[in-house]
Amino acid sequence: MSMTEPIEAVAEPWDELDAPASVVRTLPASAPIVPKNSIAGRSLAVVVAIMTFLASLTIGATMVVVNAASDWQSDVGREITIQVRPVPGRDIEADVRRVVELVRATPGIADVRAYTKEESSRLVEPWLGSGLTLEDLPIPRLVVVKLSSGPRPDFTGLRRALAAQVVTATLDDHRRWIDRMRTMTRTAVAAGIAVLVLVLAVTVLSVTFATRGTMATNRPIVEVLHYVGATDRFIAGQFQRHFLTLGFKGGAIGGGTAIILFALIEASNGWLAGTAGGDELAALFGNLSIGVSGYVAILLQILFMAIVTALASRHTVHRTLAAID
Amino acid sequence: MIRFENVGLRYGLGPEVLRDLNFGISGHSFQFLTGPSGAGKTSLLRLMLLSLRPTRGLISMFDQDTATLSKDGRANLRRRIGIVFQDFRLLDHLTTYENVALPFRVLGKDEADYRAEVVELLQWVGLGDRIGAPPAVLSGGEKQRAAIARAVIARPQLLLADEPTGNVDPNLGQRLLRLFIELNKSGTAVVIATHDIALMDEYDARRLVLHEGRLHVYD
Repeated sequence: MSMTEPIEAVAEPWDELDAPASVVRTLPASAPIVPKNSIAGRSLAVVVAIMTFLASLTIGATMVVVNAASDWQSDVGREITIQVRPVPGRDIEADVRRVVELVRATPGIADVRAYTKEESSRLVEPWLGSGLTLEDLPIPRLVVVKLSSGPRPDFTGLRRALAAQVVTATLDDHRRWIDRMRTMTRTAVAAGIAVLVLVLAVTVLSVTFATRGTMATNRPIVEVLHYVGATDRFIAGQFQRHFLTLGFKGGAIGGGTAIILFALIEASNGWLAGTAGGDELAALFGNLSIGVSGYVAILLQILFMAIVTALASRHTVHRTLAAID
Repeated sequence: MIRFENVGLRYGLGPEVLRDLNFGISGHSFQFLTGPSGAGKTSLLRLMLLSLRPTRGLISMFDQDTATLSKDGRANLRRRIGIVFQDFRLLDHLTTYENVALPFRVLGKDEADYRAEVVELLQWVGLGDRIGAPPAVLSGGEKQRAAIARAVIARPQLLLADEPTGNVDPNLGQRLLRLFIELNKSGTAVVIATHDIALMDEYDARRLVLHEGRLHVYD
C-alpha cells in the first residue's frame, strides 16, 4: 500500500483529495456507539415487565377495593335503622307507629318502612331455623329509613325526640360501620402504596445492577469516548437511550398484560352474571372494574417505569464516569 | 501551548514516578518523548491528555490552568488534542469509517457534513478501500493508520502518539513517521512517545528524554 507524497500546505493535506461521490453516498447509516447486544437487555426488560405487571395488579386491586368500599359507604350512608325493643307492659305496635310518625315529621327523609312482625321474624330464621313458634321471643322490630339526597337530617333532634317519646327505640346511623370501612379502605391503600414502593425499589436496584454490568462490559468504549473529548452528558446519553427504550418495552409488556387481564375480568362480569359465584362477587365488589381512571393509572405507570429505568441508569453511568475521571 | 511547572506525579502512596518536570510544548512543534521502558512516558502523555491529575505543580494548556477546569472544561480541551494509543483502541463493533468519524459524532456534528471529509482522510492514509471493514479484519499497520486518522480528523492542535510504531515493522514505522511529519507541516504540534532510536534518527527533532522520573530536553 503506497503512502501519499507529502504536501507542503497549511491546510490539512487530505483536503486536496476528493472523496468519490459514489462512496460517500452509499455509506450505510452509522451503528450505535454502544452496541445493543452489549446490554443485558432481554433479562432487564423481563424484570421491568414483571415489576410493571405486579405494580399494575396492585393498583388495580387497590382501586377495586376502594371503589367497592365507596359504593358500600354511599349505600349504607343513605340509610339509617331504628330498632324498637319489645318491653313488657308496652304496646310495641304503637311504639313502631309513633317512631314512623316522628321520622316522617323530620325533614330530609325520602322513605320510611317499618318491618312487620312476620318480616322481623324471618330475619332471624337463618340463625334459629324455620318452623319455630317465635311468638314468645322478644324479637325487636326494625324501621328502615331512606334518606333523601339533600343535606343530612337532624339526627340529634330525632334521637332526642325518640328518647322522650319512645324510650325503647334506638337510632343507628351506621357511623361506626362506616368508620371501620374507611379504616379498612385506608389500610388497603397504604398496603398498595407499600407494595408499589417495594416494586419500585426492586426495579431501581435491578436497573442499577444491569447498568453497572453494561458499563463494565463497555468500559473500553467509555474510555475512548472520554479520550476523544466526549462530555459525561454525551456518554450518559448513549446508555440512557438504550435503557429508556428497554424500560418502555418492559413497562409496555407488563402494563399491557395487566390491562388485558383487567379487561377480561371486567368482561367476565357479564358472563358470570346470574351464577351463584358471580352474584356473590357482584355483592362484594360491585362490577369488578378498575374504571377509566384505573386504565389511565396503568398507562401512566408504563411511562413512569420507563423514566425510572432511564434515570436509574443515568445516575449509575454518571457515578461510573466520576470514578473514571 | 502546554506548560509544565514543577510537576510531580505519584500513584497512591507510592514513590514519585515523575519529578520536577519543567518544560513547554509550543504550537507547530515536533518532538520525540523517549526513555527506557517504565520511565513514565505513558504517564506523561496521560498528564498531557488530562486523564491524570498531577500530584503537585502546575500544568497550563492553551493558556488555561488545568487544575481549575470543570469536567466539561477538560473535555473541551481534550477536543483540541488527538491521541494515538499503542494498542490502537479502535471500537470493534464499528467500521473503520465509523471509528474515524467518532470525534465528529462526539462533537454532535451532522453526518452529512463530515462524511466526505472522513472518506478523504481515509484515502489519504491509504485506507480508502477499507472504509466498511471492522477493525478485526485490518492488519496491524492498517489499524495504526485508522487510529491516527481518528486522532487527526477533528484537526487537533496537538497530536500525542504513544509508541505508534511499536506494533509495526520498520518499513511501516518509517511510513507512519512521514505521516506525522506531514501533519506537523500542516500546523499540528506532534509529540511521539517512543523508545525506537532508529525511528528518532530518521528525523531531526527535539527530544524529551525521561530518566528516573526526570525530564531532560535536547533541542
